[in-house]
Amino acid sequence: MPVPILKQRDYLIASVQAALSDSDLTELRDNLSSQVGRYRSRGVIIDVTVLDVIDSFATRTLRSVAHMLKLRGAQTVIVGIQPDVAFAMVQLGLTLEGVGTELDLEEGLAHLGRLTKRRVKDGP
Amino acid sequence: MDRKIQVEVSSVADIVAARQKGRALAMELGFDGSDLTMIATAISEIARNIVDHAKRGTITFTPTHRNGARGILIVAKDDGPGIRDVTQAMQYGFSSGNGLGVGLPGAKWLMDDFDIRSELGRGTVVTMKKWLRHDQFTRNKHGAGD
Repeated sequence: MPVPILKQRDYLIASVQAALSDSDLTELRDNLSSQVGRYRSRGVIIDVTVLDVIDSFATRTLRSVAHMLKLRGAQTVIVGIQPDVAFAMVQLGLTLEGVGTELDLEEGLAHLGRLTKRRVKDGP
Repeated sequence: MDRKIQVEVSSVADIVAARQKGRALAMELGFDGSDLTMIATAISEIARNIVDHAKRGTITFTPTHRNGARGILIVAKDDGPGIRDVTQAMQYGFSSGNGLGVGLPGAKWLMDDFDIRSELGRGTVVTMKKWLRHDQFTRNKHGAGD
């Protein structure tokens, strides 16, 4: 199931709706990379609130998304990692080093606001 | 409740299906919270191991018990190329492919019991178990009696 990507001003918001297969994840990565260019986005939020599993492949893909988008000039924040999922990730020794994480969408937007502050044009 | 569920694994979509079915059985058995997430994540790792290295295989989920404790037994079996060096494959960070090398050792950490047997040219069998904590077990028994 493809992840819908919403454009909001200078940001893209990818809101995961259901369990993701490996191919859904790589598709998300490719879509975000191209849309960041198309919309000249400064920041990307990936909302993973609904995910009940973030395994090694998902972690690796999320990390590579963030690093790729950084090379394209956009900051990435992962929001909504559930407590049980965070626990299992720690058990697995998985980290999202170098990737912004926030509790929820609201904090994610604030995070991007701080990171992209000087570059964001005033809205209408 | 003593049912056995078997899932064929040969694609990335099957990885998702396997962890969802395993999680559903674990929930039925009384597991909750982070245990369900750990079981589902461990299934995901061993299922991916099948798809990446053996192309296809099966995972079975069975309720199990030992000395009055109840739990879930998960067996992943494939007829793939086998693992040349199981000790090395179980080292954290070692990967023969392009993965993180976290899958098999990670699954071991997430579960209570873990065993892997592999024979070159014959395939690999991963057996893992998770046991219900006492409070989960008793709550489940009471729940079943209601």
